Amino acid sequence: MIDGRTTNDRPLLCVENLKVYFQSNGARAHAVDGISFEVREKETVCIVGESGCGKTVSALSILGLIPTPPGEIVDGQIIFSGQNLINLDEKTMQKIRGNHISMVFQEPLTSLNPVFTIGDQIGEAVRTHRHIDTETLYRYCVQLLNDVGIPSPKQRLNDYPHQLSGGQRQRVMIAMALACDPDLIIADEPTTALDVTVQAQILALFRSIQKKRSMSVLYISHDLGVVSAIADRIYVMYAGIIVEQGNTDQIFRAARHPYTQGLLASLPSLSKRGKRLYSIPGSVPNPAYRPEGCPFHPRCRHRILSCQKEYPGMCDYGEGHLGRCPVLFETGVCSK
Amino acid sequence: MNPVEKKLNNDFYIESPLPPKRTRMQEFRRLFGQNRLAILGLFIFILFFCCAVTGLFLTSGSRPIFDPAMVRLQEKLRPPLAKPNLDSLQPQEVPVLGVYLMGTDDLGRDVFARMLQGAWVSLTVGFVAVGISVLIGIFMGGIAGYFGQHHIRTDHVLLTLALILGTGLVIANFTFIGTVILLLCLAYIFYSLSARHGSTKKETPALKAMLHSNAVSVDTLIMRIVDIMLCFPSFFLILTVVALLPASIYNIMIVIGLTSWMGTTRFVRAEFLSLREQDFVAAAKALGLSNFRIIFRHIMPNAIAPVLVSATIGIASAILTEAGLSFLGFGVPPPHATWGNILSNGKNFIFDAPWLTFIPGIAILIVVLSFNLFGEGLRDIMNPKLRERH
Repeated sequence: MIDGRTTNDRPLLCVENLKVYFQSNGARAHAVDGISFEVREKETVCIVGESGCGKTVSALSILGLIPTPPGEIVDGQIIFSGQNLINLDEKTMQKIRGNHISMVFQEPLTSLNPVFTIGDQIGEAVRTHRHIDTETLYRYCVQLLNDVGIPSPKQRLNDYPHQLSGGQRQRVMIAMALACDPDLIIADEPTTALDVTVQAQILALFRSIQKKRSMSVLYISHDLGVVSAIADRIYVMYAGIIVEQGNTDQIFRAARHPYTQGLLASLPSLSKRGKRLYSIPGSVPNPAYRPEGCPFHPRCRHRILSCQKEYPGMCDYGEGHLGRCPVLFETGVCSK
Repeated sequence: MNPVEKKLNNDFYIESPLPPKRTRMQEFRRLFGQNRLAILGLFIFILFFCCAVTGLFLTSGSRPIFDPAMVRLQEKLRPPLAKPNLDSLQPQEVPVLGVYLMGTDDLGRDVFARMLQGAWVSLTVGFVAVGISVLIGIFMGGIAGYFGQHHIRTDHVLLTLALILGTGLVIANFTFIGTVILLLCLAYIFYSLSARHGSTKKETPALKAMLHSNAVSVDTLIMRIVDIMLCFPSFFLILTVVALLPASIYNIMIVIGLTSWMGTTRFVRAEFLSLREQDFVAAAKALGLSNFRIIFRHIMPNAIAPVLVSATIGIASAILTEAGLSFLGFGVPPPHATWGNILSNGKNFIFDAPWLTFIPGIAILIVVLSFNLFGEGLRDIMNPKLRERH
């Protein structure tokens, strides 16, 4: 949308009322508490939020990778190309992982197996889902490494992960994620562990890949700067709940929810030079002991009495911009 | 469009000059080269291996070059390097080298030939026994480490116990009771299989709930078995089992293997517990790999280093155990020579013919020591924390 990308309206992935709870020491942690979002074809969707707000858990539950003795998907649906992923058995899920949905993890330093060469690992990613002979596989691996911008790909194929830098390793991870031409890539804070220049390169890589291969990206981050550079639409998450959603312009120019406003205000920028940087007071509530009513109200500047008691649903501000806040609900800004 | 993106779109890449890099193997060789004792150990091991293999060929067949079973009563208890008394010997009884390199024993058999034959026994016992124990150890440890959180249902535990009990009773000739128990087990299996298909009933009776409750986690089960196995004084366990089984070298290998897998299991489990949480395992899962492939292809190569080290030292202890068993007379049956039974024979003549005790004794000492040195060298190289001290 920003640079003229066309988005199809058909949702590729549709998560409805997903609830993931974790059992820990007798308490029940509501890591994800009824979130709904959708990713349309050829679209980049970002989920933003502080650490511990349930971003990674929602990503992992899409792939069915929640460790199931402590964790449990209590409720909800994850519809991916017409299939509900929650009902699928392990064998069918294995065919979807890496093949239709793939994932890029946060830590490129530890996400590659230290005892195998890059070539082995990319090759394995391909061969898990495709039958392909050795010669073609080799050429395909070189092609993949070239696509993700690794210099001298032929030599790099024989390297071990420890011989590459963090940025190169993340490129290798992206190459592995691209290996089977998935419809959706879930990127879980792929640039957090990298320095800023490499971050910019990786983001550019994501954008060019998406443009070339026309796939959808679900990008999870806590960095609003990164998000503004890449997102078509943004979901802001807080304490396991989506508090605001909208396209990039709506979120960055006209944020409605006090939490989103707080996040934006705490971004450093040149115009704020010399002033004290704003920070939202307090911290994210313990997911096992969430406050009554609106989960954000203890930290909110605009809170009113009803915030402690009830928590209304999403209010519609038009053009797909939705927010979930009792104050805005009371003041009658919203139509629903 | 920023410059980086433009660069990407044009596939504009220069093959950059590469700095010289050390591969893992080169690094390994460099560190190994610094550890003199480990090199010594490896050297002796290779020597021993060659001796054992050539020994096998030279001492077997219908007319071996070195005949370990050739009895020359007139030449008994000759000291090492003694010349044979050619007048009293048939031409085929004269040793090939023209000298008794390590003397003769109380029946006039050439100790050198017997040592050669015994080397192969020691080698195979060491490797096969350790091979068995490492295989069991990796399997049990891998299961305990990777699937440890899973639980086993009470009815499955009871069913297994009942099956073992039933089979045991049948073997012990209590055929009727044994068969009844086995049939009951079979009936329960069919019942639970059919109940799963037609699970329309909502209410679960207390008994069924109890049977379907989680009894024990896989980890607990396997590690308690390990603890129980470790409680036995293993040498005496081996003695008991060997006394019951027919004396044969293969039985000894298997028994030594079956009683020494616990250490490996603990190592592998500990490694798996930490590796299971690594990001690359999550990444492998996200690529859609099966559990089997993740365990054996992705985690195992990372967990193998301590196993290799303990296996090397395990070979030494297996050789020692076999020698001890043969010394006590429970080992390889007599006509076949092993270092242990040469030693055991020799002890009767320790004052008249000390070489009969010292030669196999020193051979065992050197081989076991070389394995231990090599094993410790490997451990130092593979463990970066210990590496710092050198």
